[in-house]
Amino acid sequence: MSTPTLNETPQQADRARTIYEKSVPGRRAAQLPDLGEGVEETPIEELIPAHLLREKPAELPEVSEPEIVRHYNRLSRRNFDLDTGFYPLGSCTMKYNPRLNERVAALPGHAKLHPATDPSDAQGALQLMYLLQESLSEITGLPTVSLQPSAGSQGELAGLLLTRAYHADRGRNPTRVLTPDTAHGTNPASVTMAGYDVVKVATNEKGGVDLEDLKSKIDDDIACLMLTNPNTLGVFDENIVEMASLVHEAGGLLYYDGANLNAIMGQARPGDMGFDIVHVNLHKSFSQPHGGGGPGAGPIAVSERVEPFIPRPQVVRREDGDGVFFDLDYDRPKSIGRLRGFQGNFGVFVRSLAYILSLGGDGLAEASRQAVLNANYLKKRLSEGRAGKYLPIAFDRHCMHEFVLSGAPMKKELGIKTLDLAKRLLDFGFHPPTVYFPLLVDEALMIEPVETESKEDLDAFADAIERILEEAEEDPTIAQNAPYTTPVRRLDEVGATRNPRIRQPQ
Amino acid sequence: MAGYTPATPGDQADMLAAIGVDSVDDLFAQIPDEVKLDRPLDLEDGKSESEVYRFLAGLADTNLDAERIPSFLGAGMYDHYVPAIVEAIVSRSEFLTPYTPYQPEVSQGGLQVMFEFQTAMSEITGLPVANAGLYEGPSAAASAAYLAMGVTGRTGLVASRGLHPHSRETLATHAVGFGATVTEVGLESGLTSGEELEAAVDDDTAAVFLQNPNFLGAVEDIAALGEAVKAKGALLIVAADPMTLGILRPPGACGADIAFGEGQPLGNRLDFGGPSFGFFCAREEYIRKMPGRIAGETTDADGRRGFVLTLQTREQHIRREKATSNICTAQALNALAGMIHLAWLGKQGFVELGELLARRTAYARKLIGGLDGYELLHEAPVVREFAVRSERAVEELLPLGDESHGPAPRLPVYPLGRDYPEYEDSFLVAITENRSVDEIGWLAHMLEHAQAGWGEHIHDHDHEGNPVAGGVQ
Repeated sequence: MSTPTLNETPQQADRARTIYEKSVPGRRAAQLPDLGEGVEETPIEELIPAHLLREKPAELPEVSEPEIVRHYNRLSRRNFDLDTGFYPLGSCTMKYNPRLNERVAALPGHAKLHPATDPSDAQGALQLMYLLQESLSEITGLPTVSLQPSAGSQGELAGLLLTRAYHADRGRNPTRVLTPDTAHGTNPASVTMAGYDVVKVATNEKGGVDLEDLKSKIDDDIACLMLTNPNTLGVFDENIVEMASLVHEAGGLLYYDGANLNAIMGQARPGDMGFDIVHVNLHKSFSQPHGGGGPGAGPIAVSERVEPFIPRPQVVRREDGDGVFFDLDYDRPKSIGRLRGFQGNFGVFVRSLAYILSLGGDGLAEASRQAVLNANYLKKRLSEGRAGKYLPIAFDRHCMHEFVLSGAPMKKELGIKTLDLAKRLLDFGFHPPTVYFPLLVDEALMIEPVETESKEDLDAFADAIERILEEAEEDPTIAQNAPYTTPVRRLDEVGATRNPRIRQPQ
Repeated sequence: MAGYTPATPGDQADMLAAIGVDSVDDLFAQIPDEVKLDRPLDLEDGKSESEVYRFLAGLADTNLDAERIPSFLGAGMYDHYVPAIVEAIVSRSEFLTPYTPYQPEVSQGGLQVMFEFQTAMSEITGLPVANAGLYEGPSAAASAAYLAMGVTGRTGLVASRGLHPHSRETLATHAVGFGATVTEVGLESGLTSGEELEAAVDDDTAAVFLQNPNFLGAVEDIAALGEAVKAKGALLIVAADPMTLGILRPPGACGADIAFGEGQPLGNRLDFGGPSFGFFCAREEYIRKMPGRIAGETTDADGRRGFVLTLQTREQHIRREKATSNICTAQALNALAGMIHLAWLGKQGFVELGELLARRTAYARKLIGGLDGYELLHEAPVVREFAVRSERAVEELLPLGDESHGPAPRLPVYPLGRDYPEYEDSFLVAITENRSVDEIGWLAHMLEHAQAGWGEHIHDHDHEGNPVAGGVQ
């Protein structure tokens, strides 16, 4: 491993210029088809009244096709990506994205199928969705799956609106939702958007929900408890069955945030733990590429009593004398309705079904086992040497698929913060872990190594941490001023917020 | 089973030894036995890559996609030509496989794309600020409602029936959680009724939702309708079709406070409905109330220009239950596709495409509106989609051919009956640059026969070799 130098790299010397700044009047890429025989070149004002028309063209760049390709190719090289290196972002499940999935998603029968195609001409697409529903139902242990939500957070909101509909149907209107203090930020945000009040539940010394605190907060005004299990500390809550019965006895529902499902596929199922609603992040456990911040998908699986309320339309399988027919069922009178247009992120469904078929039931179970093994191995490696001294584990027990370290001793004894360590890791060619989350761990580093990483990569990451800490013992300013080798160095985020420049000046 | 997991039995043994446990089962000991799954998942075992490919290709093959039949389906998603460079760039690992740019020093590519995209969306909508993208069109309507309610402290939402039915239903779904009420305003001669709108807006109206062109394809006079909205202090929110903004007066120039829309027409596949992206643009004063991600320009420690995610104090990971939205997904890859398509069209091509759509649509509308048994549902100006009324029931028109020997493919036009019982006798026809004059002729030909009833005279091809009913490949 070579130590990066302090000189400016060629990429750093290549200052950022936007496509707008490369625009030259008169240049163009697109060549459009002719109007066609018989189509008149009528002035547009004769087709649409002038006062409804644009007065001057929108300022879009004027660039040729080779320039566009070079521009975005060069930009791409200013990104770090999963295909290039280890990406242990906690709770993000950055697992390998199989290229087969891209190939099948791009088939014209999938990619060029209009969403309003009559079901009789879209049987393959509907069957694919049905198969994914059935697979997710088996994996989560719940009977019904709606694929509609666009992402995890929309799945959460859907789940909370289902909760509301479920209670309303019973003539109840509870107002509060319980979430542990370790919850992902989307949980409380979704709770508010569903019109509920958030009630926080404390974490016990083992990293699970504090049962006494939970008991003290459960009453008949509780609509549901939202849990991630294993939680964001990588800890499986052993009291899950008792918690489920406490909430159910009070009339509430149990919501499972499936962000961390990658730990338990084929090992345990949220439905068997007593959960009523689960969202699944297809871009985490089921290999949809993250795309630099989307697309994803957040299907929900629900128990029998929640089923009448799921979003519509729902893909159903009908069988009669003429054979099997897959259809979109709109006739769901108790449905909460739509969360979005059409049927959901079908392109994501294609990739995730390809992944499930490739691994199979046996492979999914094995993937989870390896994810947990990798996490425990890396945790072990980081409990040794300087990492063990400066970065203690927040809750010391076997973890599931991820674990959380605290950088507090490092900050105190070496004078470098978790942020500094993260930035220095960039110089070593690693994407840093999730930092400063969960909030209850001081200077947190949340590490999720996933099953698709090799032992060598895990070792290399542990070695890099060791080197950075060793270096910091000698000279903390190296980490404090990192990174050095990235396309740009540490950026002024405060300045960006104070004086927002969020578009090209006119 | 696919080989996506590098660990060999030897690696596993070494790792277990290092951890100090005998088996992987020991690591799962924290899961109580009563909830452990004591059987294998009831799914098939893993398959080889070639088997998975062949199975899914077989399913794809049963779908009647827009390469196999000229599709005149629209209703928010359109079969535009996506230039080859879009696919080439968005399939690069560097754009395809990173996460949200939480580490800006190694995410400058994605962040700069967001900055360029925000600029482009701001330009085409005529509003000063844009975010980096939302899930898709209709859910962006819900985001706009949430912002409007927060800003005005009011709970009434008013939506034209010209707003996409999926957007209206999405608003209604979310309204239950937001504590909002949704009132609809009817259409007259294809356009939002000004009188009904004025009557529906009151002092508790947070926002009015219009769409341009509306769901029936008609170009609305947004500025005129907006006067009643402004008079009551409500926000004017306009859903826009980005491909019409090359020629239509942009929402910002019509007094809109927020413009949003479905981004699929810009560089994205049809994909049976997603993923695509939604766009969200607003007046400057709402910048700190916006949902979703926003990229901003800044400088690095050495003074170099760079980009970061900014105004994050709006967001769920900082603000939690007080966030302006729960959305963390920007559909970054889909927004990139949209940006590349816009750069490819460029300043001139974007206008030319709008003009081409308007002229071909005028041609198709005249041709189809003049066929026996058909008339236009409305005469309002249109850009790229129009509504046609049929004497014969629409359901009977759709099967492309005699069904006595089994189901026939459906004519790819959008029946209005499900969403608009009042227009049960009508359907939408959408035109893109992919729909040639010959294909428009084919549609007219099919509609004529469908009106008359399918008989022996329908053959697999016409004299030009153009596709006809039985000739669907």
